Amino acid sequence: MTAIVNVFLKEGVLDPQGKAAHHALDSLGFAGVDDVRIGKQIVIKLDTDDKTKAEAEVKEMCETLLANTVIEDYTIEIS
Amino acid sequence: MKVAVLRFPGTNCEFDTQYAFETLGHTTELLWHENETLPSDIDLVVVPGGFSYGDYLRSGSIARFSPIMKAVTKFADNGGKVLGICNGFQILTEAGLLPGALKRNNNLHFISKHQNLCVINNDNAFLNQCKEGEVLNIPIAHADGNYYIDEEGFKKIEENGQILLRYSDEQGNPVVVNGSVTSIAGVCNENKNVFGLMPHPERALEAILGSEDGIRMLKGLSA
Repeated sequence: MTAIVNVFLKEGVLDPQGKAAHHALDSLGFAGVDDVRIGKQIVIKLDTDDKTKAEAEVKEMCETLLANTVIEDYTIEIS
Repeated sequence: MKVAVLRFPGTNCEFDTQYAFETLGHTTELLWHENETLPSDIDLVVVPGGFSYGDYLRSGSIARFSPIMKAVTKFADNGGKVLGICNGFQILTEAGLLPGALKRNNNLHFISKHQNLCVINNDNAFLNQCKEGEVLNIPIAHADGNYYIDEEGFKKIEENGQILLRYSDEQGNPVVVNGSVTSIAGVCNENKNVFGLMPHPERALEAILGSEDGIRMLKGLSA
């Protein structure tokens, strides 16, 4: 199975990279951009077919290492 | 006093840190991160600056799982004094030994310059040789020094006197340097035995290099 983890700064925590990209889009003439957030995507190949088990394991990976929950939120998609 | 200076792959301030503490008359020992224990006669552990593990994932996030960090956590839990400078500060926040987190500077730049700092609290084992409100000039050099803590956490560290230093002007008024919450440059834990700061006191020991304010800062730890 493959787990796709997306890690983003929490709502309310200023994302300076997103803001810089937003300004760049504005100056390039892309109108109507309300907000830009930049995060990271982590793709993990797992050697299990058990989705529940995989989800639990990846959640633990996120809480332990992949995200710093003081400043970041994460989402997990398993396929 | 005997000082353990930790060394991870990518640490680069370990020799400056050793030099600083030896200049102050202490003995030092470099400790590779794969060590599982600290020598029993250690009085202070310093986690020096650098780019441990290339700052991959998040600054300090991988180093915090090094074998030596278990021993450091135990040492700190037993009241041992720990100081984290720059990347060391990042490692200590990632390890949960200090509150908050350090994120990318708001202007996205690596900021490297001499910076004034205002001493906010000296009632601790670190800044006891400095006066509250005193302004110190210490170099900073970081890309991820933007201190973040949520409102609830901020209230707690403020009430408990855990805010040690703020970036300031020459008069001690806070200034925005990297986007830190209320310009915070350094904090300590609730028990006031673990200290972290982004500025580099070990680089401010000689007037010829721009400042010797670092001496007064580091002296406190042995007082």
